[in-house]
Amino acid sequence: MSEPQALLQMRGIHKVFPGVKALTNVDFRLFPGEVHALMGENGAGKSTLIKVMTGVYSIDEGSVAMEGHPISIHSPLESQSAGISTVYQEVNLCTNLTVAENIFIGREPRKFGRIRWKEMNQRAEALLKERLNLHIDVTQPLHFYSVAIQQLIAIARALNISAKVLILDEPTSSLDRNEVGQLFRIIRKLKSEGLAILFVTHFLDQVYEISDRITILRNGELIGEYMAKDLSRIDLVSKMIGKELNLLEELPKSAESKKFANQEVMVEASGLGRKGSIEPFNLKIHKGEVVGLAGLLGSGRTETARLFFGADKADQGGLTVHGAGQGVHSPREAIDRGIAFCSENRKTEGIIDDLTIRENIILALQATRGWFNRIPRKKQDEIADEYIKALNINPKNPEHLIKNLSGGNQQKVLLARWLLTNPKLLILDEPTRGIDVGAKAEIQKLVLNLSQQGMSFLFISSELEEVARVSDRIAVLRDRRKVKEIQEEEISQQEIMQAIAGG
Amino acid sequence: MKNQLFKHHLFWPVTMLAALLLFNLIYSPDFFKIVLREGHLYGSLIDILNFGAPLILVAIGMTLVIATKGIDLSVGSIVAISGAVACMMISKGADQSSLSLVLTAIAAALGLSLVLGLWNGFLVTGAGIQPIIATLILMVAGRGIAQLVTSGQIITVSSDTYEYIGTGSLATLPFSIFVVAFMLIIASLLTRRTALGLFIESVGSNPKASLLSGVRSSVVILAVYIFCGLCAGIAGLLLSSNVSSADGNNAGLWYELDAILAVVIGGTSLNGGRFYLMGTVIGALIIQTLTTTIYMIGVPPEITLVVKAFVVLAVCLVQSEAFRQSLVRRWKTRHYPGEKEVVRRAS
Repeated sequence: MSEPQALLQMRGIHKVFPGVKALTNVDFRLFPGEVHALMGENGAGKSTLIKVMTGVYSIDEGSVAMEGHPISIHSPLESQSAGISTVYQEVNLCTNLTVAENIFIGREPRKFGRIRWKEMNQRAEALLKERLNLHIDVTQPLHFYSVAIQQLIAIARALNISAKVLILDEPTSSLDRNEVGQLFRIIRKLKSEGLAILFVTHFLDQVYEISDRITILRNGELIGEYMAKDLSRIDLVSKMIGKELNLLEELPKSAESKKFANQEVMVEASGLGRKGSIEPFNLKIHKGEVVGLAGLLGSGRTETARLFFGADKADQGGLTVHGAGQGVHSPREAIDRGIAFCSENRKTEGIIDDLTIRENIILALQATRGWFNRIPRKKQDEIADEYIKALNINPKNPEHLIKNLSGGNQQKVLLARWLLTNPKLLILDEPTRGIDVGAKAEIQKLVLNLSQQGMSFLFISSELEEVARVSDRIAVLRDRRKVKEIQEEEISQQEIMQAIAGG
Repeated sequence: MKNQLFKHHLFWPVTMLAALLLFNLIYSPDFFKIVLREGHLYGSLIDILNFGAPLILVAIGMTLVIATKGIDLSVGSIVAISGAVACMMISKGADQSSLSLVLTAIAAALGLSLVLGLWNGFLVTGAGIQPIIATLILMVAGRGIAQLVTSGQIITVSSDTYEYIGTGSLATLPFSIFVVAFMLIIASLLTRRTALGLFIESVGSNPKASLLSGVRSSVVILAVYIFCGLCAGIAGLLLSSNVSSADGNNAGLWYELDAILAVVIGGTSLNGGRFYLMGTVIGALIIQTLTTTIYMIGVPPEITLVVKAFVVLAVCLVQSEAFRQSLVRRWKTRHYPGEKEVVRRAS
């Protein structure tokens, strides 16, 4: 069995950041005329590996060879001249310049220092026509065209430098179904021309639609390289998440099975959706129920939560909060209706840096009471002390600035902020990410206790184990669609994983 | 205890102010002398308070705006417009000293200032324009409006009633001091006795998180720009009343910059968040004292601005934690080549 020679070969790549091993002994190959998908969850090292290839980072150890000759890449320029071109996730073109200008920016054809516009436009047109099958007016400004076309133009720009390797970092994240199809036709064409294409995406369907080969990373380590046709979806997911199915150990579920079907419905989403972030879905949450949201990164978990809270505006369907009215158009309205939301971005969307623990705790309650109904200082101190004690927040001094607290304690302060408003539904988006094991267990316990007292939860976590343990029912998302609801008696990590993988 | 004193947010501003005042003693031994004459108190310190009153007012409003991560460049123009409107209306009256006329004029001037503040606030929250650009519009246009009101002339009024605001005295002290004290109390009550202060600091520190916590940030931001406009309007009355005239071109010129400086010296960060009203007052007093000092020691007029700039630079450096620490570090790691031997032997 003879494999063709790899175009780009990376061996034993190590990359260490202060305190973090980003890549450990990773091998990676790209073959001409192949689409190679690089897969992994958050923090697996995908972007570090790409940045090593494109010269943004230099490697600490290991070797890189192009067409069998060792090369060293220390800057994006060196990477480009070695034939590696990249199209990043966010299209970084200038929308107010013309298509031709965007393609040739920085390397315009010149004569005596003057740009030769005519030649530039002709070359741009020819390039788009021949390589991308795209017939458009290149003298129009870029914002004339859809994001999909802009993406293709970004590819055209990357191709213009005699490229052998094309890296596409999440090119489809802002495209709709048709646009993706258009992009894939181009990718197939480029593939047939002998280009080696590295494709990064979170959409499993797309991986199987376009890729020939898949490399999986986890925690900065290489899990393996597989031919796409030999790797089943469920295997892919379990390798990414790091649980072998046969090794899964089921936790005993809580003793008595709670039946929610007869309970009153607390919050109900019907046909709720937003174009480009999550397709319309139905979801009922009963009183005292913990509904888990499971899915891979980018599957639409956070987007769902934000729709529930009014942080993003839904463009379809509606949300009913039992006994508190219909529709949620702003976070403030959501809070008034009894919905609370702990964002996954604790630093940017949660804590107020400059304020103390006490002020951070009372903020949401004070906001609902308005300016003039200020919570008296004595009462504030009582509240702060009470929650610091109840949630075991460290340090105990309520006048400490929140920015100096550890992640776990910040999370507890945010929980206190919302518990104080006594919500009917508390949405927790990755509440235990990046916090230590002790605090994690405390938060999980808190969720279970409060749900027994009648509070409903929407619980989002990347850790299947956690979702499975905490949830009474699990909604599974894949590729921005709700694909399945797993009832309590069927909840198992295997079941979730199968639903995530789909297919 | 000693450490707490150093760490108090007013420590450095007060120290700088005291240093500046003491410096004046060298040039004028009776700098601190205050005499009672004809029922009025006179002295350099009183003058500083009196002449500094408009700046303190503007700076108080500016503090709240800056605390929301904003800035208001239009305050100087609002000062001019407010003075122009008041003087214009009074000068048209038959009896310029009539109380009702003066009160109407004041109400019109302050009403317009509120509207201008609302305009700024709307541009920032409603239209989503960056504060520095949004208020730049009124900074430029406002001078034009003031010119329009005064028809390009300097309008003078002869109204004892109106003059009282800027030159009169109450209980032996200049009336303007009471105006400032009143507004300072209002601002303190508004921000510390209601929840507005918490919301301002929260919006300024992390607008996204505040919104997600249910704070109506646009209302908060609107409120601070309106309040800032009002403060500038009152300052305009004080200034124009003090000289009994309105000058659309020069009244309140560069006040925005002095006010921003006062806020920063007072310890409020331009990044928004925590704000210190008393710090701002001290900061404004530092700037006013500096101006007085420069006149008193007879710095040639052509270099006064340079001298001012250097003192302000020094004040800011002393206030900067990073700068102080780098000085301390250098002091602690200084080298004494002669002592090296001794140290080595001792260890």
